[in-house]
Amino acid sequence: MIVVLEQIFQVGFLAAIIRIATPLAFATLGEMFSERAGVLNLGIEGIMLLSAMTGFTATSLSGSLWLGVLAAVLTGALMGAVHALFTVALGLSQHVCGIGVTLFSSGLAYFLYRLIFGQQSVPPSIKSFETLPIPVLSDIPVLGPAVFNQFSLVYMAMAAVPLAAFVLYRTPWGLSVRMVGENPRAADSAGVGVIATRFQAVILGGALMGLAGAFLSMVQFNAFTFGLVSGRGWVAIALVVFGRWDPWRSAGAALLFAFVDALQLRMQASGLGHIPYEAFLMLPFIFTIVAMAVMSRNAVAPSALLKPFRREER
Amino acid sequence: MFRLEARTSTPAWFNLALPLLAIGATLVLCSGLIALAGAGVIEAYGVMFSASLGDSYAITETLVRATPMIFTGLAVAVAFRAKFWNIGAEGQLLAGAVASCAVGAIPMPGPLAMLLMALAGAAAGAAVALIPATLRVKFKVDDVVSSLLLNSVIFYALMALIEGPWKDSFSGYPISPPIEDSANFPVLLEGTRLHLGVVAAFLAAPVIWFLIVRTTLGFRIRVIGENPEAARYGGIHVERVLISTALLSGALAGLAGVGEVGGVHFQVMSDISPGYGYSGIVVAMLARLNPLGVMPAALFLAAVMTGAEAMSRATGVPAFLSEVIQGTALLAMLVALLFTAYRIRRVGAAR
Repeated sequence: MIVVLEQIFQVGFLAAIIRIATPLAFATLGEMFSERAGVLNLGIEGIMLLSAMTGFTATSLSGSLWLGVLAAVLTGALMGAVHALFTVALGLSQHVCGIGVTLFSSGLAYFLYRLIFGQQSVPPSIKSFETLPIPVLSDIPVLGPAVFNQFSLVYMAMAAVPLAAFVLYRTPWGLSVRMVGENPRAADSAGVGVIATRFQAVILGGALMGLAGAFLSMVQFNAFTFGLVSGRGWVAIALVVFGRWDPWRSAGAALLFAFVDALQLRMQASGLGHIPYEAFLMLPFIFTIVAMAVMSRNAVAPSALLKPFRREER
Repeated sequence: MFRLEARTSTPAWFNLALPLLAIGATLVLCSGLIALAGAGVIEAYGVMFSASLGDSYAITETLVRATPMIFTGLAVAVAFRAKFWNIGAEGQLLAGAVASCAVGAIPMPGPLAMLLMALAGAAAGAAVALIPATLRVKFKVDDVVSSLLLNSVIFYALMALIEGPWKDSFSGYPISPPIEDSANFPVLLEGTRLHLGVVAAFLAAPVIWFLIVRTTLGFRIRVIGENPEAARYGGIHVERVLISTALLSGALAGLAGVGEVGGVHFQVMSDISPGYGYSGIVVAMLARLNPLGVMPAALFLAAVMTGAEAMSRATGVPAFLSEVIQGTALLAMLVALLFTAYRIRRVGAAR
């Protein structure tokens, strides 16, 4: 126990938690916006992968990191629009469309990457972002270097959480999103464009998933690798349930998951002798499943989740 | 002007026409990528076709590749009929492969070994599928997410085995010890890889079709998928049927793993399945969840996969094209399914 506590209050460990949580926070917020509007987006895994690829490629070709981030965000938004086209405009099964979007996006990501970079023994990498210490705050002992000496994308994730909460709960658009996710017919009667609002929410969600992908290929790994996302998208979907479709709670869930993941990485590194490292790798996934089992009884999903809206049908 | 109009019934020829339409649209859409890669579209598809269906050896290779996807396609079709969203066929396949490999390594008479491998693989797949089903019934956990997450758990468990106790101590490669020679599925055609499991897959499809269409369990599976409220009202124990569906679905996915171990690889390695579990979803949807349709749908995907590798060697177009084709085919099929619910009617502009 003492060993665990000592681990937690190390700068490196705290910083690792923050870094692992960042892409998850973007992805979780993205999925949350989509689901609050009534659209489950199982395309998240593939959207993150494709965005990671386009972001990496744009940076690699242009030399500009922010151009890469922009490319990833636009890719995510575009794939969000594709998912919305199928599920919102055409009202097709959200489950199956999401899987289709994931299969399509991952296939396309690998295809284009191989086409652009060919088969190389050493995968090309980029010069990543540098950390940006925040004056004064970064001088706080332990917390400062871990939390306030981070990459700009990490700060963006930190800012994204209150911003998402503000947008969802305090703006007219956020109200529309919640209305079309809870009771689209009432929203329609009140003059809210159900289809348009859902499109916007899914596209915004896709853009956030794009940021998550950009972080993975441009900050965490500095390269695009096969299996780069490796289930993080699916985890984000579980975290939305765990966070009860609320921005703050979802971000908290992302932090908790990141804590478990960072802990298992430490346990792997500390070489707990005979335990195979795969046991640690599966730990966060088992943790997520158990957490969902504990939380799901009380979790109340948006009422209109998975339900397509067709105006003429009663 | 055109407008969409609700349809009350769909003609039978739609079952054939819609998948063909979806596949046609997919090939047209994906030809853009071939052109982008600087290859001739006709040439690339031509190589793809001749390498997968052009001669008898190619056809046997395609049949061998279709086999696991027939099983996972059936697994998904059965599950989706009951609206049990089993996206975990991949993990269930891996579990089936591991279990059958463990059994196949025990020395015993060949036919007995094969039978026990199939039973063990089916049981392992069913056991894995039971987890998301139980979580959904008891804890209201979304089955999509839990079955997806379980895929990662099972994959790491497999890795732990082949990098741990099963690791080849001689070569140091992360592969399991091979199964006994006597447990290798017999090859049906000299000089090919056409094994007994291929026949089993093509027999399983009509059996599952009969089960779904003609038996009480099949009726219950369909009813709880189409209208759970009515099913409950009619005295069907929805939870129990859901569990049965999960067991059946998982067992079928497990058998996909059995076939790969007994008939193709004779051991377990990390890349024993290039996503056959996920391809099963594409297969099931192309088949419109009809077990008989699963066979041609799996053959199509198998031909694409087999052909894509040859196409890549001949034209330089990345073989990942086959994955793009799978995703596009799934989406195209979903759109094509709209024609079963709606018809396009020409509406006169003048009134």
